[in-house]
Amino acid sequence: MNAALLAADLPYWAQALLRVLGGVVAVLLPAGTIVYVFLFKMMSFMQSRLGPMEAGPYGSMQLFAEVGKWLQKEDITPERADRFIFKIAPLVVLVSTFLLVAVVPFGPDAWFTNFEAGVFYMLAVSSVSVLGILIAGWASANKYSLLGGLRAAGQLIAYELPMVLAVIGVIIQAGTMNLQDIVLAQNAGSMFGWDGLGNPYILTQFVGFIIFMIAVQAELTQTPFDMPIAESELVSGYMTEYSGFRFLTFFIAEFATAGVFSLIASVLFLGGWGIPFAWFGWDTMDSVDNWMNVVGPLIMVTKMMLLSFIIMWVRFSYPRFREDQLQRFAWKVLVPVSLVNIMITAILKVAF
Amino acid sequence: MTSTESLIDRRQLSYIAAQAADARLNVELETEGMTLNIGPQHPATHGTLRIIARLDGEQVVWAEPSCGYMHRGYEKLTEVRTYPQVTALVNRIDWLGSFANEVPFILAAEKLMEIEAPPRAQWIRTILFELSRIANVSLFLGDLGVQMGAITPVFMAFRDREYVLNLIEGATGGRFHPNFDRIGGLKDDLPAGFIDETRVVMKKLRNFCDEMENLLFGNEIFQSRTRGIGVIPKDVAMQYGLSGANLRASGVDWDLRRDQTLPMAWNKVDWKVWTHPDGDSYARCWVRLQEVRESTRIVDQLLDDIPSGPVMAKVPRIIKVPEGEAWVSTENPLGEMGYYVVSKGDLGPFRTKIRSASFNNISIVPWVLKGVYVPDIITILASLYFILGDIDR
Amino acid sequence: MSTDAVAAIPGDTLRERIVDDLRSAIGDALLDSLVKPGDDVWVRVRTDAWRATGLALRSLGFDYFCFLSAIDWMPSPFGKGEDDPTAPAPERDDTIAQGYAGGETRMQVLARVVHPTLHVGVNVKCDVPDSEPVVESWIPVFAGANWHERETHEMFGIGFAGHPDLRNMYLPSDFEGHPLRKDFPLLARIVKPWPGIVDVEPLPGGSDDEEGDAE
Repeated sequence: MNAALLAADLPYWAQALLRVLGGVVAVLLPAGTIVYVFLFKMMSFMQSRLGPMEAGPYGSMQLFAEVGKWLQKEDITPERADRFIFKIAPLVVLVSTFLLVAVVPFGPDAWFTNFEAGVFYMLAVSSVSVLGILIAGWASANKYSLLGGLRAAGQLIAYELPMVLAVIGVIIQAGTMNLQDIVLAQNAGSMFGWDGLGNPYILTQFVGFIIFMIAVQAELTQTPFDMPIAESELVSGYMTEYSGFRFLTFFIAEFATAGVFSLIASVLFLGGWGIPFAWFGWDTMDSVDNWMNVVGPLIMVTKMMLLSFIIMWVRFSYPRFREDQLQRFAWKVLVPVSLVNIMITAILKVAF
Repeated sequence: MTSTESLIDRRQLSYIAAQAADARLNVELETEGMTLNIGPQHPATHGTLRIIARLDGEQVVWAEPSCGYMHRGYEKLTEVRTYPQVTALVNRIDWLGSFANEVPFILAAEKLMEIEAPPRAQWIRTILFELSRIANVSLFLGDLGVQMGAITPVFMAFRDREYVLNLIEGATGGRFHPNFDRIGGLKDDLPAGFIDETRVVMKKLRNFCDEMENLLFGNEIFQSRTRGIGVIPKDVAMQYGLSGANLRASGVDWDLRRDQTLPMAWNKVDWKVWTHPDGDSYARCWVRLQEVRESTRIVDQLLDDIPSGPVMAKVPRIIKVPEGEAWVSTENPLGEMGYYVVSKGDLGPFRTKIRSASFNNISIVPWVLKGVYVPDIITILASLYFILGDIDR
Repeated sequence: MSTDAVAAIPGDTLRERIVDDLRSAIGDALLDSLVKPGDDVWVRVRTDAWRATGLALRSLGFDYFCFLSAIDWMPSPFGKGEDDPTAPAPERDDTIAQGYAGGETRMQVLARVVHPTLHVGVNVKCDVPDSEPVVESWIPVFAGANWHERETHEMFGIGFAGHPDLRNMYLPSDFEGHPLRKDFPLLARIVKPWPGIVDVEPLPGGSDDEEGDAE
């Protein structure tokens, strides 16, 4: 996208506008797709019901009906709430999703920004949503929300660490923190001299992938790590007092983040937008054909759907942990395992 | 009428005053720790039970249920009803297994009248009783998941419970409130095709139990959420009068279906009373799961040899119950449900004490919730399994 | 029904032995008893021996607490609530007649405990003095009596000495009156008169055969 834009020689404002629009599409499209395909339809079929069927073919227009419904609802602020912070919290959560999607590469030239320290940036901004959740919980002036916010803070911090450590394995193997280069390293790489599949890190970093997905599940506060929301305990946790558009913002952020994390996981472990370069005789980023800028995003969406499917599958079938069990799991299982993973990766990296 | 009006006014005023007093109470409680009101409108209480919990962080220092949001005064109402009318009331006590509520009352009245239902009626009563147990407890199994965040099992429970409700509706005409039991027998005989249909449904229900066992009970998270949580030792369970699966999960081998002689058909078939030595939440859930299986077995065996004959004994058209007192309790889906009926030889009971299972089962909550974490409140309440109508009556 | 009448019924040794054991445990505090063979046991104890009875029963192995409640033996002054509210109240027999195991007072406390292995229950009654309706609390005997006593206090106005917390369970805390007492009117019946229990529609084609239900 970048190169294409530069070639068209657009003024800066037009480029910026296009990027913002692209970001909105990259956030809303996965969110809508995940909600419709997984939350509405897959969950229904798993639970032996049909899900929405009336609005449009197979209920596909239901999403618009839902959005319309939420927009019509009254925007209530509790009397004792800290009004400004209360109102800004959903936006903070949503902003973190936009910040995340900014570094995801969709094709050889289709990216919004191309940080050298993309992984570092990604891990940093993914924690911004914690701030939003925490202030939402605090500002609601509701005990359930407060408990939910505190739980979220404890949980997200606990799971940030395994996530970072899981990614470090990938960084060591790729030797770079640039997400674009990680894609390149996977697709241009070879396994024991055979390059028919490239070298997707899910094979070598399988432990890291599992830990990353678990941490993502926790970051997204999806079952079995959904204590901050916990309908049956905390009613809806930090979201209890939100209604109308602000609730919708939380909702979009939740599923958009699920999509964006799936995108990032596919970049880190599944080879991202690329197809094994050996198939077409490419070897460097520059030699990749331009049509990959169109096919790349499609590949990314496919991989995103696959990974979100796993996230949602777990979400629909598991009960939830207790807060202390979750912490124990993070600190006593995930962190040591990921440390061992880093160690082994480093040793093998040096050895080979 | 003036005196009546003033009485009603006073009631309303006193209610408003009570709400104000409640508010004052909460303000007082807030002075230390944090007081969390769980309910009366809370998704975990499936009804309107309110639990006031004083928390230290997420740990419960003190908790007490506050009932009465659904008190309907059935004990008082029975005093102005005739005996046949009472079954319509008691149907609403445990609304998920309604038919089972009618049976002990009818049995108590029959005991006082010294009549007995014909064998066919006894058999059908037992079948319907077990069907309502299956309908009730299968919903519990689904609900259990939802309380712990697993949203799928509850839909399976609703799906399979529907088959049982259809059977009950087919036989009695009412899905939830059959009002089918009569003094001296039953309102009607079974409809054609009921037996074959029931056999098919019982197979489905056994599959459902297997599904639940795989999906929920075998899940490590479920086990870690329930094992060792909310342990109720044997002697405490007895002191608080816990009954049903809650008591058997504490290791007490006691089932009123087996341990007393009632004019019902349980002692005609072969079945097993399941107990569990642990007394924790898992044990309570596990015992209930086994009981659904056992109930399907009971129903299957009863279907094999339903005796023929009438379903109604000879009873007078206007039922007058002779003077006396009688206590009859049965092993209802929730536990021991009993009626202490005092008759003065009238058309209606003089006094009816309704001993409902959930009232006793929930009275242990302040004891068992001490020191647990907030998420465990939910699992313990779910595993104790109460129904609001059964607490408040 | 008095004890003498029941003595004629052929005995139930198990239940009779329970009564004998209880009598030897609490002595003459056991005022009256009734055994219905193969059915149930009723005993009535002195008011001041209420807790002692509970303890004695526990020591006899009756560990399972079933329920605790009360009975108001006064016939309701409102009948079945079917009076015409505009007409003067009809005359009613207001003699108080107690049930099994007798009694002297208007109200009686009633509890039931069960032997967990013999599966035999005992219904224990005790008179509640009209002047000062208070009996001892059973909480030291059965912790589960707590809620039952609260309920009984709320519904009958019977006090339980030694109960830590006799708050209302169901009703607002400053509700006046005790709903299950017979002299508490059932407001629903007074506000809207009941259509009447003799309002039986004739069954289609039905004759007055003896079979069928009263409704």
